[in-house]
Amino acid sequence: MVPLSYYLLLGGFLFACGVIGFLIKRNIITIFMSIELMLNGVNLSFVAFAAHWHALAGQVFVFFVMVVAAAEAAVGLAIIIAVFRTRETLNVDQVNLLKL
Amino acid sequence: MNLPIPIFIAASVIKSVIVLFVLLTAIAYSVWLERKVVGRIQNRWGPSRVGPFGLLQPLADGLKFIFKEDLTPPHVYRPLFLAAPMIAMIFALTSISVIPFGNSITVGGYSIPLQITDVNIGLLLILGITSMGVYGVALAGWSSNNKYSLLGGLRASAQMVSYEIALGLSLVGVLIQSGSFSLRTIVDQQGGHFAGFIPRWNFFHGQFIGFFVYLIAAFAETNRIPFDLPEAEGELGAGYHTEYSAMKFAAFFMAEYANMITVGCLATLLFFGGWHGPLFGPPLMQALLPVFWFTVKVVCFIFLYIWVRGTLPRLRYDQLMSFGWKFLLPLAIANLVATAIAVVW
Amino acid sequence: MSLHLILFLLFGAICVAGAVNLLVQRHPINSALSLIAVMAALAGEYLLLGAEFVAAIQVIVYAGAIMVLFVFVIMLLNAGEEEETKGSRVAILFGVPGVLTGAVLTGWVVLRHSGTEPVPIGALPGPPTEIAHLLFHDFLLPFEVTSVLVLIAIMGAVVLATKPEATERKAR
Repeated sequence: MVPLSYYLLLGGFLFACGVIGFLIKRNIITIFMSIELMLNGVNLSFVAFAAHWHALAGQVFVFFVMVVAAAEAAVGLAIIIAVFRTRETLNVDQVNLLKL
Repeated sequence: MNLPIPIFIAASVIKSVIVLFVLLTAIAYSVWLERKVVGRIQNRWGPSRVGPFGLLQPLADGLKFIFKEDLTPPHVYRPLFLAAPMIAMIFALTSISVIPFGNSITVGGYSIPLQITDVNIGLLLILGITSMGVYGVALAGWSSNNKYSLLGGLRASAQMVSYEIALGLSLVGVLIQSGSFSLRTIVDQQGGHFAGFIPRWNFFHGQFIGFFVYLIAAFAETNRIPFDLPEAEGELGAGYHTEYSAMKFAAFFMAEYANMITVGCLATLLFFGGWHGPLFGPPLMQALLPVFWFTVKVVCFIFLYIWVRGTLPRLRYDQLMSFGWKFLLPLAIANLVATAIAVVW
Repeated sequence: MSLHLILFLLFGAICVAGAVNLLVQRHPINSALSLIAVMAALAGEYLLLGAEFVAAIQVIVYAGAIMVLFVFVIMLLNAGEEEETKGSRVAILFGVPGVLTGAVLTGWVVLRHSGTEPVPIGALPGPPTEIAHLLFHDFLLPFEVTSVLVLIAIMGAVVLATKPEATERKAR
């Protein structure tokens, strides 16, 4: 028996790590990975709530989050490739011009 | 499932040891079989010096791999270079753990299933583990810091992700028919016969398109000819394992054969009735025959793999990708829709 | 200490270590690998919560497909170590303390107010059939909308990642 709050704390910690990574990382790919980490933290709380309230809808919602994450990864990585092709850098600080 | 805990643990440990031993032996001897059969296809003898029919050749190969110097080139990214063969090997060996080899046997009053562990999402577990296996190849290619290896790793990850979709979709037809993810349930439903003599296997039960899609996708998933682009020796040196030597190379080699065996086991379980086959003879023989039939079917698959290797040329990379996305995937989806309509009807 | 708690702490420790490692590592491929470790450990947590189908999908989709894409792109672009810049210092000065305060506050609230009612593990098996019923019956409209979303994402990815020269050559 593990209390619900432990799961929520773990999920919250992962989310916080994702936010920190999003803020301090300069590599655009790592920033994307931080977003995935945030989504994972949210997913954990969804599943924990589903188990707590005996409602499978929480698990179903995780699927929607995963679909959104997959779509986001596909489009985001395509954007990263397009950015790299024109600027030849992955550092977000150097991607600061609207026009080359 | 109602075993007492100590007996459950003891049975699990014994089963794991036996399965691991059998799997490693099977890997060694499928290498032998491959060299022998490809030799005969190319009108030469294959291994014939070590032992009768070259049967001790795997042993000699193993000794050679162990005693070779284990080089680590200076320009590699060391942690991942060392980890990659282990990753490939671990995932290749783990996926065998949910494969059932036969019905339950009764020992000392306890019914023990012939399977390391029976989980009711067995099929998904295998798909998950094999989808993680791509990291071994990809990281090996990247960490070698060699352009041929990098190209091999890139090709491997793109190819495996693409064909995984067709592979998964080809299995959904079987899942719709059986309504379960448990491999044991799927096999149990394939017992019996149509019209008295045709076995009630899923292959004869409307899933032959699904089977062929699975077969082709499985060739690509295991990086075998005609889809062995990640290690195409004509263009990439040796692909992702160019920089590997001795046991690290052997780990990749064994992982490939272990994956072949897993894929063959899965095809047998899902499309060819698993351990179902004619039963006869005394009780002991009746208990062992299912395992025998299962083994025969898996060996047939491995032979098919080797046969294809000896027959077909390698595809070009763009051909591989367009085939996977433009032909195999639509075919798998069409099969899925047709199966769904047939089941609902 | 029950077995469930031990397993929870084990997987949780892997999650925490992986998440921290993602932040500490400077090379994107190390960050990607630690994220994979986090996802695999999270699959273990889902198993503890009785959500075995979600756990399997987590490994197949997240760890096996999405992260392969990340690793693929890192390999393709040959991404190197990241370098420090001015912008990141501002983020450290203001962002990190803010996030930490928020996390501590949330943790305090969760521990204080939700009580510590135990989750009855395994009480909710979440069999694939029931999930399928929910997905294709109660949540049919969201499901179809996500399928459209995925279709748009596929087309967007193809349009974005195609080389401009390639389309020009085709047009000619």
